[in-house]
Amino acid sequence: MDRRATFDNLWLAGALVAPQILLVIVFFYWPTMQALYWAFSTQPPFGGTNQWVGWQNFQQIFADAVYWNSVRVSIIFAALSTALSIGMALLLALMIDRQLAGHKAYRFVYFWPYAIAAPAVGLAFRFIFAPDAGFVSAINQLAPNLWNPALKGWDAMILIVIANSWKMMAYNFIFFLAALQSIPRGLIEAAAMDGSGVLRRARDIQIPLLAPTLFFLLVINITESFVDSFGIIDITTGGGPARATDLMVFKIYSDGFKGLDYSMAAAQSIVLMLLVIGLTFVQFRYVEKRVHYA
Amino acid sequence: MRDAGMIERAPLLNALTHVLMIAGLLIAAFPIYVVFIASTHDLPTVNRVPMPLWPGEHLVQNYTTVWNKSDFGAKMINSLIVATGVTIGKITLAALTAFSIVFFRYRARMLIFWAIFITLMLPLEVRIVPTYAVAADVAEPLRWLVWLFGFELGIAPINLLNTYTGLILPLVATATGTFLYRQFFLTIPDTLVEAARMDGAGPLRFFREHLLPLSRNNMAALATIMFVYAWNQYLWPLLITTDARMATATMQLQKIVPGPLFGQPPVWNEAMAATLLVMVPPLLVVIFMQGAFVRGLVATDK
Amino acid sequence: MADIAIRNVEKSYGKTAVLHGINLEIADGEFLVILGPSGCGKSTLLRMIAGLEGITRGEIAIAGRVVNTLEPRERGCAMVFQNYALYPHMTVAENIGYALKVAGLPKAERERRVAEIARIVGLEAFLARRPSELSGGQRQRVAMGRAMIREPKVFLFDEPLSNLDAKLRVQMRLEIRRLHQRLQATSVFVTHDQIEAMSLADRIVVMNQGRIEQAGPPRLLYAEPATRFVASFLGAPAMNLLPATIVAKDRARMADGTEIALDPGRFVVEIGQAVEIGIRPEDVMIVWPGSEGAHALEVEFTEDMGSSRLIHTRLGGMEFTVLQPAAQIEAEGHLPITIPEDAIHLFDRHSGKRLERHIPVIGTAASAAA
Repeated sequence: MDRRATFDNLWLAGALVAPQILLVIVFFYWPTMQALYWAFSTQPPFGGTNQWVGWQNFQQIFADAVYWNSVRVSIIFAALSTALSIGMALLLALMIDRQLAGHKAYRFVYFWPYAIAAPAVGLAFRFIFAPDAGFVSAINQLAPNLWNPALKGWDAMILIVIANSWKMMAYNFIFFLAALQSIPRGLIEAAAMDGSGVLRRARDIQIPLLAPTLFFLLVINITESFVDSFGIIDITTGGGPARATDLMVFKIYSDGFKGLDYSMAAAQSIVLMLLVIGLTFVQFRYVEKRVHYA
Repeated sequence: MRDAGMIERAPLLNALTHVLMIAGLLIAAFPIYVVFIASTHDLPTVNRVPMPLWPGEHLVQNYTTVWNKSDFGAKMINSLIVATGVTIGKITLAALTAFSIVFFRYRARMLIFWAIFITLMLPLEVRIVPTYAVAADVAEPLRWLVWLFGFELGIAPINLLNTYTGLILPLVATATGTFLYRQFFLTIPDTLVEAARMDGAGPLRFFREHLLPLSRNNMAALATIMFVYAWNQYLWPLLITTDARMATATMQLQKIVPGPLFGQPPVWNEAMAATLLVMVPPLLVVIFMQGAFVRGLVATDK
Repeated sequence: MADIAIRNVEKSYGKTAVLHGINLEIADGEFLVILGPSGCGKSTLLRMIAGLEGITRGEIAIAGRVVNTLEPRERGCAMVFQNYALYPHMTVAENIGYALKVAGLPKAERERRVAEIARIVGLEAFLARRPSELSGGQRQRVAMGRAMIREPKVFLFDEPLSNLDAKLRVQMRLEIRRLHQRLQATSVFVTHDQIEAMSLADRIVVMNQGRIEQAGPPRLLYAEPATRFVASFLGAPAMNLLPATIVAKDRARMADGTEIALDPGRFVVEIGQAVEIGIRPEDVMIVWPGSEGAHALEVEFTEDMGSSRLIHTRLGGMEFTVLQPAAQIEAEGHLPITIPEDAIHLFDRHSGKRLERHIPVIGTAASAAA
């Protein structure tokens, strides 16, 4: 990032970065340090300064079946909603990229879900999938409680997976379509001259060239499902029923603010943070290698 | 038009493509449509299973109820203030920081770049409890900072709970925005800087008269995604506003429905009316600024 | 055998017409070059032959079969694209062999044919590489190999040399010519480079604004351009074109009064007709000062081009260039020249058409241009 021509008023340079650096320290690094400190200490029951306890908090959460449950449901949620949203988005992007009549109108609407706030998405799907209203509960006429996300863990999981996938589908679609449209037209034509039909071209040319985008989206979707799912869960299932949708991020929130157990919440935050950092590293490493085909 | 030109006889595949595109349209639009329809019926109708798919006659009534019951207008204005504040703050900070690290030469600028960039790995959700603690007394980290340099400072606690500052400030630092501006500034040729200097323009003048006009597209792209991002914030306002007057529309959704899934069912028609109100502003941004929004998203792909 | 017949072909995008009634017959085994400036519709015409663009009106037949509704793969054409369009995620061998893979040929057979093609285009050592690891010339060869492996009836080239540097372009030009001599397949080559067209073509079609200006062997187009456009497009340095008015059967006068003598037997003109007089820079003769009928040109400056020298002058107030072998003495001040009457090309200023008693017909081409 070296340029030849630069300005040399260093006081000004410092003043320009100062506001953001200050915010970053106060609202990002300081809380992170604080979380680390809390994670390795406990607060005495009757106030006073925290006492250093080493790995004790971590040992405690790793011995807790409720914590492992939240890890398990987080992974299930991440896997299902990533697969669903990426699969749908890829299919739609390939269809739109064929540019048949009306594709622009369809494409326009496909963007919409990403604009909508997670709790609004959650509330809309909570209604559609409600056990006693909406649409899906119509199948309960066949047998009572065939569908009931308020009572059945898997039904609740399906509900939040669908809500989250609906929003992320729009995001993934935007990226897939941009990537498809950056594939030079000549490649598609060359493949057509080589005798390859629409489906064959998708398989042999387009999807292989989408590999970097696909990988990028995989990482982003998993990360988002770990952190961004809070709004959907909080307003639909609240982690229930019976902790069936008690994702890690939601558990941190409820332990911290409902249970007021800062140390446990902090220890869990550190674990989730490490997961996010790990995923981001994978992504960065790959971004470096991201091939842009000319 | 990619395939428009190419001769391709695939009637079956074309039919399938149309079917899938229509299915996609239904998937994308149906939930939004349902929210709208539900907000136009009275309570008995909306609780029918399945709910009718045509609009009812209670639209005005439902929206009036929601609007008055929870002072929704004020909440919408709060949301607007917060979203606008965050957007302007992010764009300003991103542009200034990127300007400093691209157009000045000093040793710490890579360090600064990385210090900002690494915040991508620290989303609000994972540092939520301590960030809340900071908002409760934002002077605490400052005391420590000063203490590191060997001074004691008796700043009184500064409480940001239930303030616009508290709603906005912690969301303003932006790694993606800084990165986007940096990428853009790097494309500015050296010769432009040199020409400006030959013309006697100092750094601030160069920034104001050359960089800002040149980065207008960039700014629009960033502004759209940041506005949508800020409007849709939920967890942070939920935590730091206990005073109902400071609540934002998005977090207000939680207050108008009873606890998740259990207990009594929500008053669906009113809940859906509120949901639609929350949906509409960012949706309008995406609809009218589609180009900028997509550009912004793809360009800041982290 | 694959001849191509293009009959009354038109192409429009919405209301914008880009091709207006193209008629062209391409003989089996012929190397035809379509030459024209960018935007003249030449690439569109090529892509319509390939099936990459639909045909708005008219028809195209390959080997006697109308192909209007056939997909690209059913037409038996292979194409070399401007940017090569190599598959970046495949090796050279996979690129060349892709068509055979799609066609479902067994692996052993595919490998044998890929090896054979690689030998012909000189890429045996590079089969395992990706396109990104190749030089421009090598990429060009992969593109050619990929076209050749299908043993197509027709080769289509869409400005394939425009991305190469000057030296490589000359070399690849020769290779393409050599390949054509060896394979004898019908070839259509689109370019905006007149030197490429002159050196490659059996026959050149000059296109302008969606119409064919002239078609014929390179020599004919150079010697007897049918329109002012062809005259100005072919030849470097470009032909001098001087606006003038016919004042007598044997004389035309320019705006400032300069008169130029014409051969009264050659042209069909009327007194008072507005014309343009074309003289190629190399046809101008430098004479001794004071020679009969000589024009004294004011020399502005001279460009030394190595083997020759291009003298920029003015004649009758218009820019006028003279090309002379470098061996001749350097011109300064005033340059006395004459214009041989048989070197003059005369065009109507309004229609741009060549004004001559008859246009000699060489080959089948000129009729198509009419």
